[in-house]
Amino acid sequence: MGVAGDARASAATGRNIEAGPWRSILARRLLPYALIAPAMLVILGVLAYPLGMLLWLSTQRYGLRELIQHQGEFIGLQNFETFRVDPQFRYVVTVSIIFTIVNVGVSMLLSTGIALLLERVSRPIRVLLSAGLVLVWATPSIPAIDLWQWMFDYEFGVVNWLLTRIGVGNYIHHNWFENPIQGFTVITVIVVWGAIPFLTLMLYAGLTQVPRELVEAAEIDGARPWQVFARVSVPILRPVFLVLFSLSTIWDFGVFNQVWVLLNQRPNENYFLISVYSFQESFRVSQYGLGSAAAVVMVAILVVVTFAYVRQTVRLTEEAV
Amino acid sequence: MRRRVASRTFFDTLGLLVVVVMLFPIYWMVSTALKPGKEILSLTPVWFPSHVTFDNFRGAMNAPFFWNDVVNSLTVVLSVVAISIALAFLAAVSVARFGFRGRTAFIVMVIAVQMVPLNALVIPVYLLLDRVGQVDSLPGVIAYYLAIVLPFMIWTLRGFVANVPVDLEEAAMVDGASRVGAFLRIVFPLVAPGLVATGIFGFIQAWNEYIIAYVLLSSSSKQTLTIWLASFTTQHGTDWGGLMAGATLTALPVVFFFLLVQRHVAGGLTAGAVKG
Repeated sequence: MGVAGDARASAATGRNIEAGPWRSILARRLLPYALIAPAMLVILGVLAYPLGMLLWLSTQRYGLRELIQHQGEFIGLQNFETFRVDPQFRYVVTVSIIFTIVNVGVSMLLSTGIALLLERVSRPIRVLLSAGLVLVWATPSIPAIDLWQWMFDYEFGVVNWLLTRIGVGNYIHHNWFENPIQGFTVITVIVVWGAIPFLTLMLYAGLTQVPRELVEAAEIDGARPWQVFARVSVPILRPVFLVLFSLSTIWDFGVFNQVWVLLNQRPNENYFLISVYSFQESFRVSQYGLGSAAAVVMVAILVVVTFAYVRQTVRLTEEAV
Repeated sequence: MRRRVASRTFFDTLGLLVVVVMLFPIYWMVSTALKPGKEILSLTPVWFPSHVTFDNFRGAMNAPFFWNDVVNSLTVVLSVVAISIALAFLAAVSVARFGFRGRTAFIVMVIAVQMVPLNALVIPVYLLLDRVGQVDSLPGVIAYYLAIVLPFMIWTLRGFVANVPVDLEEAAMVDGASRVGAFLRIVFPLVAPGLVATGIFGFIQAWNEYIIAYVLLSSSSKQTLTIWLASFTTQHGTDWGGLMAGATLTALPVVFFFLLVQRHVAGGLTAGAVKG
């Protein structure tokens, strides 16, 4: 059992083996399991079990009556059947997917740009820029949403004043949330602003690992800067890009706080991203079964994206160990 | 040569512009918090407070439930940190130091579980806790936060433990230390920075969490700070000065701790991604 993999550990203790009775060998075999047991218990109990229950709930009618009785009514796949014909749910999924694509795209694009910029600026500016990014990264999301809400306030918001001042149009007393496209633009600004520091610093860290000689060789061969980037840096950074794409997709597809807090906990139907819809169905309309089914759809879509990420990470870990 | 200088200046200017755009919101939050009400509610923005006032901070600290919710936040966060460090460290040692059947499966679980969106789990968690009467109680929230931070902490600590050469332990044992002794004297001190870093990571995660606390803690006396911030918005509008002061106060501890550990957090999240 695990003898080959145990090589390193037993190398460390090898000289004790002849001294130790069989009891200690057994103990050594069980020790790793004993060590992971408590963490395992918490993760399984608090994450895996609810995840299973979520699947189960999605097959139930679970309204207020069932909530009081603590007992749902099994209705098979009827909740999903409801979604299939429900135009609202179709809107929710479409908007969520578009929102995710736009947000991931804009965040990755800007972050790549800033990472490349970080390479090219002089040292003091680089220090200043990295420090600024870290400060933004450190700002917790709820206070950040509150401050953006203030900046986009329709009456005294600094953004409206600025846009009017630089001549984009008359934004005095402009309500950003009347038109969902504008509202989602504000949400995108908040999400992207929050995502840029992490993505940029990761990409910059990756860029610094691109071997200098490769870049120089390409330059000597007459490659333009963008060619160097596309043909040398990007292929080397592929694993980093993959991880960042997956993480961003997971985060942006699950956006909830930005919508909920920004719209003072009362978003109208136009703003229902899938997590907001699932929450609304469950805790506002008390249709926990339907809400769970929406959450299951969300997890199912994410599993596909996540799969690539998990495989990549596990493969790299196995190589490292 | 001149072209190179020109492009340097161009990039530097662009870099400064990015700094200004990224940092302005934070500046605006803090400066609003320090302004008197008249300068906050002004149709033409007042870029610098004419005189710094702490009235907004005083108001926020005297607001109903502030100190109460500070205590709640601290109770939740410190419990989460203490328990999760212990559990994560044990698991990390196991994964980093032993080969055992099911190890890869455990690693896959640890990575995969981080990908489950919390918003999806809040429904079953609410119903489960409702069943056992733990809705609106801090222990339910603490248990849930533990599960949120554990996978990442195990993952990061694994790296720290794996980085301590086994040779060091062996050397100590050759010199007569027992296995446990070698571990406590050699590995533990070397991993201590990692424990601090992951502990602070747990602190930040638990301090910032919103949706679980929002659903599970319904009464004002049980709420945490992130939920308390909503109390500045009423039907009559939002008290922006108070809200910005509250937001600044809520953000401060996190910013402080974050700056201490950001290097480790960044490394852990994509461990090995670049090396591959």
